Amino acid sequence: MRLTGRQIDCVRGGRAVFSGLDFEAASSQALAVIGPNGSGKTSLLRLIAGLLVPAGGSVALEGGADELTLPEQAHYLGHRDALKPALSVLENLSFWRDFLGGDASDPNESLAKVGLAHATHLPAAYLSAGQRRRLSIARLLAVRRPVWLLDEPTSALDAAGQDLFAGLMRDHLARGGIIVAATHAPLGIEADELRMGGGK
Amino acid sequence: MTALAVLIRRDIRIALRVGGGALIGVLFFLTVTVLMPFALGPDLALLTRLGPSILWLGALLASLLTLDRLFTSDHEDGSLDLIVMGRTPLELACAAKALAHWLAAGLPLIIATPVLGLMLNLDATATSAVALTLLVGTPALTFIGMIGAALAVTLHRGGLLLAVLVLPLSIPVLIFGVAASQAAISGPLPFGTPFSILCAISLVSFVIGPFAAAASLRHGLD
Repeated sequence: MRLTGRQIDCVRGGRAVFSGLDFEAASSQALAVIGPNGSGKTSLLRLIAGLLVPAGGSVALEGGADELTLPEQAHYLGHRDALKPALSVLENLSFWRDFLGGDASDPNESLAKVGLAHATHLPAAYLSAGQRRRLSIARLLAVRRPVWLLDEPTSALDAAGQDLFAGLMRDHLARGGIIVAATHAPLGIEADELRMGGGK
Repeated sequence: MTALAVLIRRDIRIALRVGGGALIGVLFFLTVTVLMPFALGPDLALLTRLGPSILWLGALLASLLTLDRLFTSDHEDGSLDLIVMGRTPLELACAAKALAHWLAAGLPLIIATPVLGLMLNLDATATSAVALTLLVGTPALTFIGMIGAALAVTLHRGGLLLAVLVLPLSIPVLIFGVAASQAAISGPLPFGTPFSILCAISLVSFVIGPFAAAASLRHGLD
């Protein structure tokens, strides 16, 4: 499996964020997108996720499932956690597991893996920022998808949480997955670097 | 199919829990209708004549009041991104969300209608005529309003824009809803004529609403 971007131009609000960007990530490979604020890291991830339309160029996933588009084979972990405060931890996760569909596993097991097993029936409104992040990460485990698009995945996580997440990313890569992560902090896994922008 | 079922179940569950706001619409409906007799005076004949229009107007405004919740909360917390990325076609997901919204916010209005009919001196025939036309007409209000709700999300303008966009489109529903109720109560038009047009408007809105809302969401996300 291979995720490639060719000559991508991104224009937002009439301003060119980046242009002529090439990248490539194969199975079991992680790509760390680094660059200063405003260099287009989030835009790139949203482009790959199909949430933004590129002004030019293309993104493609080769060797994936034929009948599915790239966004349908990708997990997007953005700044916003996609959690409903009125629902419990388990209800939040079960909803995404059932809605996203596909190769799903037991939500309780995923919660245990991210260290939220004790809080399954707590409304998400009572979670701390780090716990919310852990719950979002549990979504990546509850439904198996080959491409992970992570935007500042370790923000709000404590040291133990960052180690835990590095372990989960390593497992994902070991199963042949692809990770594209926009980050300022070290990910804790071996990753190729994609440098963005630089004061344009 | 299960994806749509869980989406409907989730939206209803959120709407019915604390802070979900499903009952705000009913409370507004109740307030408007209860205030009317005070404003119009104790003329029972006048109330009977105006009753169906008052109920329809109250229901229209009440359903508009809760509409901006349809997409904004999902947009703010990032859920909408994941729904757009999902394997379920966005049009179907929009239709499911609108259906859930109608079940949580529209259906209670119809259930409240018989009680409010009593306050406006409506007899059983008139009340059931209004309830029946609301049952057919309020889904159209939700599905038409969904287009405005989707546009309001993508244009980053809430409340007022939604009302300005949706109200003109709701006028046909109001006209034929009230006409059908009046026809059932006093004639001279047969009930079936305006009622069939009301049904037709609803059916058209079921088709156009989800497609327009999905198109707006797809092109407006950033």
